Amino acid sequence: MSIIHVDSLSKHFNSIKAVDNVNFDVREGTIFGFLGPNGAGKTTTISILCTLLKPTSGTAIVDGYNCVTQPAKVRRSIGVVFQDTTLDKDLTAYENLLYHAILYNVEKSERQKLVDDALMFIGLYERKNDLVKRFSGGMKRRLEVARAMVHQPKILFLDEPTLGLDPQSRNNLWEFITRLPEEKGVTIFMTTHYMDEAEVCDEIAIIDRGKIIARGSPEELKKSVGGDVIYLKTTNNLKALSIIREEMSLTGKIKGDELFITVTRGDACLPELIRHLGDIVKSVRVQRPTLNDVFLNLTGKEIREETPDSMDEIKESVRAYRRRFDRT
Amino acid sequence: MIELRVVYVISAREFKKFLREKSRLFSSLARPLIWLFLVGGGLSRIVPTGGNITYLQFFFPGIIGMTILFTSIFSAISIIWDKEFGYMKEILVAPVSRTSVVVGKAVSGSIVSTIQATIVLMLFPLVGLKLSLLSVLLIIPLSFAISFSIASIGILIATFYESFESFSIIMNFIVMPMFFLSGAMYPLRKLPEIFKLIAHFNPLTYGIDALKNVIIKEAGEMGADFSLPLDLTIIFLVSLVFIFLGTKAFNRRV
Ligand SMILES: Nc1ncnc2c1ncn2[C@@H]1O[C@H](COP(=O)(O)OP(=O)(O)OP(=O)(O)O)[C@@H](O)[C@H]1O
Ligand SMILES: [Mg+2]
Repeated sequence: MSIIHVDSLSKHFNSIKAVDNVNFDVREGTIFGFLGPNGAGKTTTISILCTLLKPTSGTAIVDGYNCVTQPAKVRRSIGVVFQDTTLDKDLTAYENLLYHAILYNVEKSERQKLVDDALMFIGLYERKNDLVKRFSGGMKRRLEVARAMVHQPKILFLDEPTLGLDPQSRNNLWEFITRLPEEKGVTIFMTTHYMDEAEVCDEIAIIDRGKIIARGSPEELKKSVGGDVIYLKTTNNLKALSIIREEMSLTGKIKGDELFITVTRGDACLPELIRHLGDIVKSVRVQRPTLNDVFLNLTGKEIREETPDSMDEIKESVRAYRRRFDRT
Repeated sequence: MIELRVVYVISAREFKKFLREKSRLFSSLARPLIWLFLVGGGLSRIVPTGGNITYLQFFFPGIIGMTILFTSIFSAISIIWDKEFGYMKEILVAPVSRTSVVVGKAVSGSIVSTIQATIVLMLFPLVGLKLSLLSVLLIIPLSFAISFSIASIGILIATFYESFESFSIIMNFIVMPMFFLSGAMYPLRKLPEIFKLIAHFNPLTYGIDALKNVIIKEAGEMGADFSLPLDLTIIFLVSLVFIFLGTKAFNRRV
């Protein structure tokens, strides 16, 4: 049974089609990944599903409720971790979670226990009375996931949960997140543009410029790339490209200073390839397909991994600006 | 429908933050103090006042009004900033009514504003005023009512503005004129007709007039322009109308 059902969903901002006729279903108790580069429409889709934005057209059903006509019911069923942090840094971890419990009408007798459980689950119980501003980025993100869990939602939305975290904190956070469906029966809808993170998903939809361009399990998608990818550096990429096409009837693509070809068996193809190209080859590597290759294959471009620093810097300066006026 | 738990969360959060951030308290008290002693103190020497009070004493209710004006308006405006950059999203995605959010925001701003107004009020001996305990206890709920009316206006303003640039527009074209045309610095009856007319449409006028009714009761022609019941009625109506408009506008925006 699908717990999220999206049908011909579109959202236009003036002339920009941020979400363009999107369809998908999410099965209960699974992890669904929404994958795409900056500006693909991931956050816009989440905002619609979370009832914070009205779609231009189409329907979105979450836990059996219509996002446009029954927003209050939808909100009761979901927990959300937004792309930008929405913790209150001047409150303690405990207060952030307690206020959340009150907002979601959690019974007074249960609040304490649910908050403590959530803090325990993400391993921040010992720090519960510390102000959030003294937490590291990874701890804050974990705390946000915990907060979204306090009212025991059926569905958890995570918009780029690991953005700006170092690899260790990322792994750490994923460990918590992937435990949720098994231990708590939660359905997870997450977005990311880190390809490797999408591997934990049961199903993936790849979105680019508002449109879903591929869907399936990570394995299916990788299979659709059609095998391994061979990356080549040559002294003359254009010449190499035409040799590959004419003498081996394979299609290659150029990306940056590299050339890549998708083949069924990379190891078997390699000797022949080098024989044909001769000494214009500078270097070769064979890669098992990753989701990055899926995206590359579909769009001819790589998902850019944005540097978190510059984004954080902008947001931080906005906050500093705000603080100045808040105080007047 | 107003959910008290939402009003509670928004207010409790604001109050906790207010207590923790001492610098915020300090800097927000600096403005009224500077105005009271540097502007009021100076004018006091050259402005002859009729009646039986000094200019500084006349200015005192106006300074409390100023504290309320700035604190309430700016805390209300943060309803939009919070939405773009943080915590407000957490509230909006919860199963709570938008009306509760708007009322909660107005209440939380009013609490902070009332605390600050009360602190400024306690300076009354410094300007040579005498207030009974009863008056002081009356001014506290009065400050809350005034704060609430101004915060409601602030929320409506907030829904119109998008960017930080509009901050200085709000400041220069709404907040400062509201202050100058409120009877804070001059008795209304002494203003030129045109300004007098505008001042009658300024909600802050009645707030400050209410304060004058309590703080400088016996000031003759330097005293209040209207009766206290009239002031209270208008403050109440302004709150009602603007909280209604603010909620409508906020619903449309968010
Ligand atoms: N409020 C808005 N007004 C106008 N345009 C918007 C608005 N929100 C998003 N857009 C546009 O819609 C498109 C999709 O944006 P969205 O934030 O959904 O992308 P995203 O996939 O979340 O990207 P990122 O990885 O950077 O978070 C972008 O072109 C963006 O400029
Ligand atoms: Mg996004």
